[in-house]
Amino acid sequence: MTSIPATTAIEARIGRWARGQKRYDTAFRLGTTFFALLVLVLLGGVIVALVEGAAPALAKFKLGFLVTEEWNPVTDEFGALAPIYGTLVTSAIAMLIGVPISFGIALFITELCPPWLKRPIGTAIELLAGIPSIIYGIWGLFVFAPLLQDTVQPLLIDSLGNLPGIGFLFGGPPLGIGIFTAGLIFAIMVLPFITLVMRDVFETVPALLKESAYGLGATTWEVMWNIVLPYTRGGVMGGIMLGLGRALGETMAVTFVIGNAHDIHASLLAPGTTISAALANEFTEATTDIYLSSLIALGLILFIITFSVLVLAKLMLLRLQRSQGT
Amino acid sequence: MTLYQRRKLANRIVLGLSLAATAFGLAWLAAILVTLLTHGVSALTADLFTQMTPPPGSRGGLLNAIYGSLVMTALATLIGTPVGILAGTYLAEYSRGSRLAEVIRFINDILLSAPSIIVGLFVYEVAVIRVGHFSGWAGAFALAIIVVPVVVRTTEDMLRLVPDSLREAAAALGAPKWRAVIQISYRAALQGIVTGIMLAVARISGETAPLLFTALNNQFWSADLNAPMANLPVVIFQFALSPYSDWQSLAWGGALLITLVILTLNIGARLVASWSTVKK
Repeated sequence: MTSIPATTAIEARIGRWARGQKRYDTAFRLGTTFFALLVLVLLGGVIVALVEGAAPALAKFKLGFLVTEEWNPVTDEFGALAPIYGTLVTSAIAMLIGVPISFGIALFITELCPPWLKRPIGTAIELLAGIPSIIYGIWGLFVFAPLLQDTVQPLLIDSLGNLPGIGFLFGGPPLGIGIFTAGLIFAIMVLPFITLVMRDVFETVPALLKESAYGLGATTWEVMWNIVLPYTRGGVMGGIMLGLGRALGETMAVTFVIGNAHDIHASLLAPGTTISAALANEFTEATTDIYLSSLIALGLILFIITFSVLVLAKLMLLRLQRSQGT
Repeated sequence: MTLYQRRKLANRIVLGLSLAATAFGLAWLAAILVTLLTHGVSALTADLFTQMTPPPGSRGGLLNAIYGSLVMTALATLIGTPVGILAGTYLAEYSRGSRLAEVIRFINDILLSAPSIIVGLFVYEVAVIRVGHFSGWAGAFALAIIVVPVVVRTTEDMLRLVPDSLREAAAALGAPKWRAVIQISYRAALQGIVTGIMLAVARISGETAPLLFTALNNQFWSADLNAPMANLPVVIFQFALSPYSDWQSLAWGGALLITLVILTLNIGARLVASWSTVKK
């Protein structure tokens, strides 16, 4: 009867093994949870650091910071109005031009293009999204801005510039660099992001819906406008907001071409600045504490704007996902 | 014109515009690549890879910047990738349907598109001010923060594609959960995770804004991570905006180099991703 002790020995070994495994299991689960929570901590840390850094400037200038155009490092007077104006206007130009074009490309990819061409065009658009903004910047400064200065801007000044009502938007000399150029480059930069989201949400429309409409004799455009767009409204808006979030925070490209002037001009062709361009240009040159703090306050404003836009975008995309029950 | 003709005409016009929009979008990609090639190729000499960044007016290369970029990108990937993979594992394997996971996923997606200059500001506040000087470590840390959300997102997506039957089979054989995750789920999702890491590396190798106030720049050779460190994007930024033509030419060379690396990584990532579908 030697087998009985042997069995208990084996059982004991299995028990030890199982307890050991349980410990590893707990350790692994806790480890992954820790790093997942780190993502939350990261966002919290960003907010705390920005608020802390911006506090001296906000305490000194109060809410007036938001509505003052003055930006004078010599007298230590700082106001955020010009960068905020530049950020909003360049992004608005980018959206006005980028959204219709993105819609056109997404329409082409989902409805028009032959299946074998879908992948290559999709990849090309993704590559466009992968080009870093500094490349757009150097290209914008040396190639795009001179091109605009010679061709498009004189044309705009001579035609739209003489119109009553909106003429003031296109006044002044054609400088090449400025708010208008920055907006155009933004439009090219956000184009792939918006297009890719639109393509993805257009693909979610059930074929049955589209085929029913085609069966009733609708044209491709009518299917797009009356069936696909209403069905994907939330997702399309989400994609647009995502692109807007990108444009608002874009830094390097704009720093090259906007001209970096803390003024607000009526003309879109004049140089200006944006929040991110001001940060990129002046941060390492900030000599006084209040100057540095004002720049961080600019960063805080940018963070609040982009954060709200991105949250809205995500909520819209999430709603679309939920309504599909996936 | 009959209603039918009008509808047909409207359709033609819109489809024509859509075609034009696509041509327009792709033309920019071509225009940028062509410009980079025409301006950059002449700067792509042996000097570019063997000489230091020069003072204006003399010949030189980008060796110290290339080295700095390589080191900081590698460090950032080494720091950011494990964090991202483990966090992604939590989201996909341990938190099905939990409220917390939904919040983390949401925040992660926001970090994914948050402006990178904000990350630079954050690292400046926590790493540069505390230590008192700009450093290569701060630069690597800033880039790591950009890597994390990308890796979290792709890891989670790829782990979700692993069929549950695999996990159940592992459990039925008596494998504890951690072994099932490491030996079954990770292995099944390997290509996808590698793709994500490659995309993250591609993303940070061109990032300039977070390095401006963390790693700063360095005119000279420096392998010291506790000192300001040269890196390609910031050198391109400085040289391109300078009035000296030899600096501008180096900037074009650097820009071409970065773009080639990023395009290769992007295309490579797609190849890796397509292998996995072929095997299945």
